[in-house]
Amino acid sequence: MKFNKTIVILASISSIFLACSNDDDPVVINEEELITTVRATLIPQNGGNTIILKSVDLDGDGPNKANLSVSGSLDSNTNYSATLEILNETEAPAEDITLEILEEDEDHQFFYSFTNNIATATYKDQDANGNPIGVQFDLLTGAAATGNFTITLKHEPNKGGENVKAGDITNADGATDVQVTFNLTID
Amino acid sequence: MIQKIFLCVFFCSATFISSAQQCTYNFKGIVTDYHDGTPIFGASIFIKSLNKYATSDARGHFEISDLCPGKIEVRISHISCETKEVFITLDNSFFQEFYLEHHTEELKEVRIVATSKLKTKTLQSSVLKKELIDAYSNSSLGDILKNIAGVSAINTGNTIVKPMINGLHSSRIILMTNGVRLQDQEWGIEHAPNIDINTAEKISVIKGANALEYGGDAIGGVIVVSPDRVLVKDTLYGKSILTGQTNGSGFSFHTALSKATKAGWYVNAKTTFKKYGDFESPAYVLSNTGLNSQAFSLRSGLKKFETGFNVYYTYVKNNIGILKSSHIGNVEDLVHAINSNEPLIVAPFSYDIDAPKQEVTHQLVKIDFYKRYRNTGKLVLQYDFQNNQRYEYDIRVGADKEKPSIDLNLNSHTLKTSFEFDSKSNQTYKVGLKAAYQDNFANPNTGVRRLIPDYYAYDLGLFTIGNFVLNDKTNLDLGLRYDFNYINAKKFYFKSRWNERNYDIDFNHLIIGDFKTQWLVNPTFKYHNFSASAGISHQLNEKNSVLFNYALSSRAPNPSELFSDGLHHSAARIELGDLRMQQELSHRISSSYYFENEKTSVLIDLFYNLIHNFMYIEPEGTEQTIRGAFPVWGYKKTNASLFGVDINWQQQLTNKIDFNNKTSFIRGRDLVNDRHLIDIPAANTVNSIRYQNKKWHHFNATLESNFVFAQNLFPNNNFDVFIPTTNNTVLVDVSSTPNSYHLLKFNTDTSFKLSENSEITVGFTITNILNSKYRDYLNRLRYFADDLGRNYVLQLKFKY
Repeated sequence: MKFNKTIVILASISSIFLACSNDDDPVVINEEELITTVRATLIPQNGGNTIILKSVDLDGDGPNKANLSVSGSLDSNTNYSATLEILNETEAPAEDITLEILEEDEDHQFFYSFTNNIATATYKDQDANGNPIGVQFDLLTGAAATGNFTITLKHEPNKGGENVKAGDITNADGATDVQVTFNLTID
Repeated sequence: MIQKIFLCVFFCSATFISSAQQCTYNFKGIVTDYHDGTPIFGASIFIKSLNKYATSDARGHFEISDLCPGKIEVRISHISCETKEVFITLDNSFFQEFYLEHHTEELKEVRIVATSKLKTKTLQSSVLKKELIDAYSNSSLGDILKNIAGVSAINTGNTIVKPMINGLHSSRIILMTNGVRLQDQEWGIEHAPNIDINTAEKISVIKGANALEYGGDAIGGVIVVSPDRVLVKDTLYGKSILTGQTNGSGFSFHTALSKATKAGWYVNAKTTFKKYGDFESPAYVLSNTGLNSQAFSLRSGLKKFETGFNVYYTYVKNNIGILKSSHIGNVEDLVHAINSNEPLIVAPFSYDIDAPKQEVTHQLVKIDFYKRYRNTGKLVLQYDFQNNQRYEYDIRVGADKEKPSIDLNLNSHTLKTSFEFDSKSNQTYKVGLKAAYQDNFANPNTGVRRLIPDYYAYDLGLFTIGNFVLNDKTNLDLGLRYDFNYINAKKFYFKSRWNERNYDIDFNHLIIGDFKTQWLVNPTFKYHNFSASAGISHQLNEKNSVLFNYALSSRAPNPSELFSDGLHHSAARIELGDLRMQQELSHRISSSYYFENEKTSVLIDLFYNLIHNFMYIEPEGTEQTIRGAFPVWGYKKTNASLFGVDINWQQQLTNKIDFNNKTSFIRGRDLVNDRHLIDIPAANTVNSIRYQNKKWHHFNATLESNFVFAQNLFPNNNFDVFIPTTNNTVLVDVSSTPNSYHLLKFNTDTSFKLSENSEITVGFTITNILNSKYRDYLNRLRYFADDLGRNYVLQLKFKY
């Protein structure tokens, strides 16, 4: 019967299908723009101990929390010169994403916020339009206390928004690329 | 032709010359139905050259006497059959059996799709016709389908529109286009169907899984997009539609050309272009929401009664901008966006489409062949190949700025065959077989971890359906289907995620590679799916008819339900699939009642759908990343019930004015957690009044009011999150639904004949006449911006 013949033809064509499966293993992706590490180096302007703040999250968007470390307590009423480094440490050597941020400095801005009035921050760098970036900043500590220090990096912020240039994140809009919070002790 | 006339003249004169002696032959015959061999009564048998004719009697017999020897041309015709012409050389008295073909195919199509009569169908189905499709030439499939009560849409903005049938969408809906099941990564909620509606002559929606021929997993229903019918006559015709609109300051242009011959050959080409800039809400520009779309299709083949074939190629490319302000970094940005009345980015109008955007190309090739066997039925063989290339661009920095974040290529091959036994008009059967292979490749060059992994999959399906005419008032349909699905994926998991999901307990045997922080895993799954359907329709009397049906359907989990793993930027959430997912199993019972008299028609569709292992996604806490906190949405399963009513009431008020009401209402419950289901469309009611005057150049004017209620029944998935910059904890309200809204639409069109074969139709439409501000619960961008404002649309349609 013709119908049976068709089934035979069909079956043989389907066997061709079975032969064409692709068995190569996929290539692992190490995310290029992945930010694993935020490091802030605080150097007291009038001498003293350099403080390193570091947040490391090697599994990116994975479930593990970031590893936070603060190398010591800060001195009260002291002006620190601070520098930020943003790294991808899943690559060896680590990729310095700070450079990419500085290349597109008009589209990026860091914001700093503190609880318990433990400190204030002042921008020390500018993009081509004279607006702050925030890789370099001064941090002036207050009286002895403990509190949180949050560093936020915004991508495509509205730098012209009200008080944004002064470091107020409220009207910055944009998308958050980095947000880490350290617990600081001021002695 | 000239030759034929010459022959005819030659033989006529030849017979005339010899008529003096031998014109005593008899031509006898019988006319029977091709399918079942039953005699056809009342067929006319006409000998052109002699102007002699006869009519078949109740036994199909006829006789024409006193014929001279020679060649005669005989035409046999019957009102409901295709006409047949044959040449016969007479050199003796002659007897021949002639088979005539009822237009069964056309009759059957009508049977499946007719909205008006329940008598001959047992499915809950509705049809959209060509005039409406033309009017929606500039829109998407999702938009036009909203014209059917019970069909809504789930949107991402206003250009990504996914149809939703009775509250179900994506993998729960099968989309058939020209006989091919569309394989375009339809699992994603932000993946709009890649189809140009201009390729359709009609679009049918079958609610529920009763159309087993198409698949056993259509828990929601089936959308059948059918191309233009092929005319078997010498003809050349075309159509062009130009549509311009103010909102989006764009246009759409469609043109189609068809050529067919009497011998059955045909070719038909169509193309559509669309270009829109940023759309606008009543108060502001929706920045980066433009659309560029190109579509092309070519169809050709041979259509004969006994055999024929079709070749089809279609190309659809969409470049879709996604609202700029919907790109957010973390949950704090989401809170900021929800609490802001306006989108955070509003730029001046532009045609530019920047990231975030989607660029999707879908290509489809189909070849089919059919052959009819006398007294048995029809065999169909079909092969199709589909290639779907999806790029999604996110806002990225540095060297990656121009790189897509998602680059998926899906290739699908399907081979299917069916045989329809239609020789008995009161019982027909169809059996079918399908084999499919699919290969998905996620390009690693994106530099972003794959949201969907590389995989390949096989499907094998077998079905049988039967239609029984129990009596002239009652029809019964029964169907059975089995599908086997096999999926073999290769996927990287973060070791931390693998352990956090407890996959290290159940699935460590799947690990095939160790890549420092990640495992390479090779999950393979097999699913056996059984589905069944039964439906009965009965005509109570001239005016009233009813139908009842039941469908058992089963759907294997899709790749996103199994494997999703990563950050979804536009939703500011981490989405996680579950390797432990099992098939969904649905029992759907439904019933329809139809009333019709001269002035009124009312169709009421009722359904109850009970779904075991219903897969859905919902928040399950937050995770801290370097970007801050993100809500985690995990795929879960529960048992769900859906219940709904759809009403379509048409009332003729005068011979020029009619009124139409379409109302749908649906409830969804999560039976395990005893609460409402997420993303269930709100009740809505559409009332329209239409004035028609055929004498006045087919003038039409319609005023339509669409009222969408607020959805007050939703699950509370709100969660608290600590915002470090302000040092306080806030509630993230992702659950609250928008207010009810009311939209008015006006449409008018009129046609002018340009010549005997050409016509121009001018149409004018205003949507959202009152420029109302509104947001829709089923638009995923409702957190960020209002929906569309007023739009003026002018359309010119030429037929030639």
